[in-house]
Amino acid sequence: MSNHQIQQYLTFTIGDEVFALEISKVREVLDYTTITKVPRMPDFLRGVINLRGNVVPVVDMRLKLGMGAVDRTVDTCIVIVELDIDGDMTQMGALADSVKEVIDLDTANIAPPPKLGTRLKTEFIKGMGRQDDKFLIILDIDRIFSSEELTLVRESSEMLLPGSLKADVGPAAESGQAHA
Amino acid sequence: MTNQTTQFIDTFRQEADELLAEIEQTVLELEAQPNDQENVNKLFRAMHTIKGSGSMFGFDEIAAFSHHVETALDKVRSGTVTVNKAMIDLILLSRDHIQTLLQSAETGSPVDQTAAEQIIRGLEAATRSRPGEKERKSIKEDAGGVEQVYRIRFAPLPDFGNSGVDPADILNELCSLGDCQVVPQTEKISAAQQQEQSYPAWDITLTTRHDENAIRDVFIFVQDFCRITIAPIEAAETYDLDSPVPLLGEILVERGDVAPGDIEEVMGGRKKIGELLVKSGKVSPDKIASALKEQKIIDQRRAAAKAATIRVPSEKLDHLVNLVGELVITQARLSQVAQNISDMELAGPVEEVERLTAELRDVVLNIRMLPIGTTFSKFKRLVRDLADTLGKEIELVTEGAETELDKTVIERLNDPLVHLIRNCIDHGIEPPDQRSAKGKPATGMIRLSAAHQGAEVIITIQDDGKGLDPVLIREKSIEKGLMAPDAKLSEKEIQALIFAPGFSTAEQVTNVSGRGVGMDVVKREIDSLGGGVEISSKKDLGTTIRLSLPLTLAIIDGLLVKVDANFFVLPLSMIEECVELTQAQARTTHGRNMIPVRGELVPFIRLREFFDLPGIAPEIEHIAIVQVEDLRVGIVVDHIIGDHQTVIKSLGKVYQNAEGVSGATIMGDGTVALILDIPELVRKADQEEEELIAAGK
Repeated sequence: MSNHQIQQYLTFTIGDEVFALEISKVREVLDYTTITKVPRMPDFLRGVINLRGNVVPVVDMRLKLGMGAVDRTVDTCIVIVELDIDGDMTQMGALADSVKEVIDLDTANIAPPPKLGTRLKTEFIKGMGRQDDKFLIILDIDRIFSSEELTLVRESSEMLLPGSLKADVGPAAESGQAHA
Repeated sequence: MTNQTTQFIDTFRQEADELLAEIEQTVLELEAQPNDQENVNKLFRAMHTIKGSGSMFGFDEIAAFSHHVETALDKVRSGTVTVNKAMIDLILLSRDHIQTLLQSAETGSPVDQTAAEQIIRGLEAATRSRPGEKERKSIKEDAGGVEQVYRIRFAPLPDFGNSGVDPADILNELCSLGDCQVVPQTEKISAAQQQEQSYPAWDITLTTRHDENAIRDVFIFVQDFCRITIAPIEAAETYDLDSPVPLLGEILVERGDVAPGDIEEVMGGRKKIGELLVKSGKVSPDKIASALKEQKIIDQRRAAAKAATIRVPSEKLDHLVNLVGELVITQARLSQVAQNISDMELAGPVEEVERLTAELRDVVLNIRMLPIGTTFSKFKRLVRDLADTLGKEIELVTEGAETELDKTVIERLNDPLVHLIRNCIDHGIEPPDQRSAKGKPATGMIRLSAAHQGAEVIITIQDDGKGLDPVLIREKSIEKGLMAPDAKLSEKEIQALIFAPGFSTAEQVTNVSGRGVGMDVVKREIDSLGGGVEISSKKDLGTTIRLSLPLTLAIIDGLLVKVDANFFVLPLSMIEECVELTQAQARTTHGRNMIPVRGELVPFIRLREFFDLPGIAPEIEHIAIVQVEDLRVGIVVDHIIGDHQTVIKSLGKVYQNAEGVSGATIMGDGTVALILDIPELVRKADQEEEELIAAGK
């Protein structure tokens, strides 16, 4: 409620831009490790990693935010977040170009997301934080990793599949064509 | 103190739950075979135990109520009352009432008193039905219900005939009290000097829950015509398991058949004491036989007590399985490291660890396996009650109750099976008059069977009812917007529509089924177990639903394969054989993915193409031939690495729609490999090929 509440955020970069996540959602930051791709899934779902015996999915934040793929560097890292997906506490990895620091941010310095100009889905943005005259985009990680976003997977995967492997469109529509 | 009391009460609840399940099952068996005395006894014992432990732990209401039921059962047991449908119904109602009482004790919710009174009145009325007959001397209620072994010697006097009682009746009645071993003592006949009416004596070893008075009551009419000795041997629950089983000589001495001196006298020869005693004429062979039986019974009971089960909370078991999973992964890593080092000294113990881990894994997983029959028996009741409510005649036939499945799978299978069986009863099986009109037997049949097939358990629910009506399903689907009005679907596709969310064909929503949530819930639940549902139906002939389920959700034997740099695991149980595919062979197939394997053409799927994996196939590829239902299909990979103990890890919600992949496993080097869902992969590939052909037209 107070206008002067301090919250901590983890900042990371994708390209030249700085993004931030609430620290309470972040479990740990890992160096890049081998990611096993799960085939026939959209590209932004990079695959799964072994996190101390648990299989954890990794989302490529670049691709999810529509920023185009780049080769990984020594700074590339995986931010492990823990969030509630449909009532289950789930660990997810977010692939970022580099992790910067943990910062304190006064709520007074956070502006609501602008309607225009971010070239991002507005609902992915929790707010715009201001730090030393620089802006950083605070992401709504619950929203980005929500089940709707992740089950969109199915439809988008079909568009991403190579032409030779025509995807499964509902049986009704497909057979309708087939018999026509 | 209070803590301990709660623990006892918990134990009572668990025990009562098990007993109630047993009662239900026994009652239903009794209904099928009303003359089975063993089942009546079983019922009586169960009810008695509930009463006894109920009052011990302060469940007075349960104790009071079960007392009435027990009284009624006692009359059934003594033969005064015969088992009929009304009686069966009443016992089932009583069982349900006790369950309600148990639940109310837990939750504090009020219980309908009138229901209990109604049942009690019903029981009294049912057991009063034959008042004219002279009630046989029935066995008095025993106090504690603790099992006890008695040694009884029953020696009729020469004038026994005057009693008008046949000794065989006495022996039969004794046997009805519990487990009974009878040894006749013929030596007494010769002693009776060939009199016309002469009887042998009998030594009886009786294991019973009844007390001595109940045994004496058996002899009440003949006590003046015979000599009877009854002596308790050993209380079952006070066994000192460490004390040795009494020796034959000790038993004989205790019985007073042999003097202690005689034993010592003959023991000098170090032969078997029984033989020696007979040889020396100290004791008759019959006495020895009887004493030997007693020794055997004590021995057996000891063994039974030792082999007793223990209760372990399932969380502990789950934890154990997780630990074994971790151990298996670590062991795989150890083996890999050892291989890299290739040190002879290291190789030995590493191999040993591998063997032990595999054994440990099997044992731990086996602990979690339960026969599916426990679930099946519940459905007998469901079918019986629902069929009654709906005025239908239905018989449930179960097969393969001994099929073992992981505990978790069984638990989660319960609700889907209830849905499916309800559907069979409500929508499948027609009322008797309709069935007769169609020329089918009036009694409908539901067949519930379970069987192993590879690493899967197949459960089929088959009814001989009216089957699915494709026209009706079509209309409903169009009405509910599940399909386009002009869509042309195959019969199978139409049948599959009943699994769509929100679909229900019941013209009237009944309380039995037809809430329209059934089938899609079933499908979702089975899917989440990593299984599959298939339906096939012929109008008026019936419907068959086939569930395929994984044996366990924890660890499988896998075959590790490689395409480019990617590792995959195929469930080993599905694999029939592995063959090579050379580029030359591949060329001769003209791009039609088929090769002859020992005279049979086997279609194959290239994993590289299906999964769109990078890289170029090597000169010699490998085909793992798998059996999917009745089809042999080859899966083409670059390399086959070998056996792999695969700890199954879920891919989670994000990847629940992943095609052809059922889970993941962690490899020795810490990377993740995917486990292939072969049936789905084959299905998908088949579907896509058909679509390609269709598109090409």
